[in-house]
Amino acid sequence: MPVKLDSLTKRAESVVERVNQDNPYHAFLSVLPDVGDRALQIESKMQSQTSGSLGGLIVAVKDNISVRGIPTTCGSAILENYIPPYDATVVKKIVSADGLIIGKTNMDEFAMGSSTEHSAFGTVRNPVDETRVPGGSSGGSAAAVAGGLVDVALGSDTGGSIRQPAAFCGIAGIKPTYGRVSRYGLVAFASSLDQIGVFSKNIENAAKLLTVISGVDPDDSTSSNTPVPDYSAVLGKEIGGLRVGIPKEYLSEGLNDEIHRQIEKCIDFFRKSGAEIVPVSLPHTSYAIATYYIIATAEASSNLARYDGIRYGLSKRGGDLESVYRETRAEGFGDEVTRRIVLGTYVLSAGYYDAYYDKAQRVRRLIKEDFVKVFQQVDILFTPTTPTTAFPIGGKIEDPLAMYLSDVYTVPASLAGVPAISVPLGNASDNLPIGGQIIGNYFDEETILQVGHYIERNFSLI
Amino acid sequence: MEIDVKVVGKIAELAKLTLTDAEKLKYAAQLEQILDYVHQLSQVDTSSVQPLSHVHEMTNVFRDDSFGESLAKEDVFKNAPERLGDYFRVPKVIKELNS
Repeated sequence: MPVKLDSLTKRAESVVERVNQDNPYHAFLSVLPDVGDRALQIESKMQSQTSGSLGGLIVAVKDNISVRGIPTTCGSAILENYIPPYDATVVKKIVSADGLIIGKTNMDEFAMGSSTEHSAFGTVRNPVDETRVPGGSSGGSAAAVAGGLVDVALGSDTGGSIRQPAAFCGIAGIKPTYGRVSRYGLVAFASSLDQIGVFSKNIENAAKLLTVISGVDPDDSTSSNTPVPDYSAVLGKEIGGLRVGIPKEYLSEGLNDEIHRQIEKCIDFFRKSGAEIVPVSLPHTSYAIATYYIIATAEASSNLARYDGIRYGLSKRGGDLESVYRETRAEGFGDEVTRRIVLGTYVLSAGYYDAYYDKAQRVRRLIKEDFVKVFQQVDILFTPTTPTTAFPIGGKIEDPLAMYLSDVYTVPASLAGVPAISVPLGNASDNLPIGGQIIGNYFDEETILQVGHYIERNFSLI
Repeated sequence: MEIDVKVVGKIAELAKLTLTDAEKLKYAAQLEQILDYVHQLSQVDTSSVQPLSHVHEMTNVFRDDSFGESLAKEDVFKNAPERLGDYFRVPKVIKELNS
């Protein structure tokens, strides 16, 4: 296919200009230098057909993923002036595959939130309806893709932070298997759950980017050496004979009627496409949110102990050492992060460890075993991504528990560590997007991408 | 349940956070609500279940005992709030004998 000269460069430069001018949706926190020069270099490689697999794609990176020499704030005042001295492994891989990274995207502070209202640098707006939240915590990346500013974006997903914003903004978002993608250079939130993943308007580009960033990394000892297939190779396959599990716990109380109807419609579509629909149960689903908010906050309270004002980041000097710690953290951390540190410290403290943290780890095993058992019966699980469509900005900010409960369908797969993708299933009557979640077995990203692609091509046709 | 301003104050001390009285009140109420919700886990019988801390249950991932590239000292100190030679400078932690 002949490539039009300077098309990538023109496209990238015009986006950079828009972001510098009025930062649409408040999606970006910083723009990288030399975008035009780098675009030209990639384009000349494309001309000579020597470019990597991401040649021609404009990429945004969530601001908790390190890019050497570029501020990495995590949406927090405590890291406002922090400039990482190294690249995350995923960033290195994207650059060497000729992806054009143009900027860092806004997010809930330290990835804690479901609306991107908890950024220290302003709220992101949903491109579909700017009075609504884009979801979170990777709301900036989701908005940048949904608003057409970039082709693909990196996010991170600890309890739903890729899938939920993808659903709210009407795009695809995949959280790979725990360990599939190196987290070297990702600022840690909850280390037993964090995973880097991908946003894209179409499955084809999501598969391309995931193929590039996946794989074992000596700098991340939790990364897996399971071989990485070419995720693009399975796209286009039919789904006849596929066993689709429908867990009853995901279609119960609290699910919006219109989303429920759209999920049923898609189940019917699977059936007509030759898939076998299997009603299944994941009996510990209702305990997932409680388990998650103990484990995630416990790990966060420990991970965030490193922000002490000594080696980098904000530092409130003047008093003794203790006051440097306390004043730096009091001023640097926002409300939600402070709440989670307090909760996490509490559940780990002497006298409460067994009742909360140890208990949650035991229930986590039961939740994981639910998935292990059900995947002996089915190839994928199909569920809604979220119980509601995008809620209004300000709608849940005063009620932390209500905000936490918006992750009810995404948290279980995070606790189990299995891969899951949210794909657009059309819109509700108020035009807000509805997302369907496809959950796969460990390291079977291929099947969920294949089914996502099948939905993308065929679902709107029925 | 058991969360009051005093408990939040103690936790804030452990977590090295300075909280105002108004913040302590707010977090006490919110924590109580969240812990009430979390309390449902006690319904689950886990007496014969082992805790799960890592989904793949990997242990001891070793790498070759060889040296690789590390960051340049100047790069590392670029973010330092206060530097003294090749050290991060902190307020004096040793008290005067007579103070």
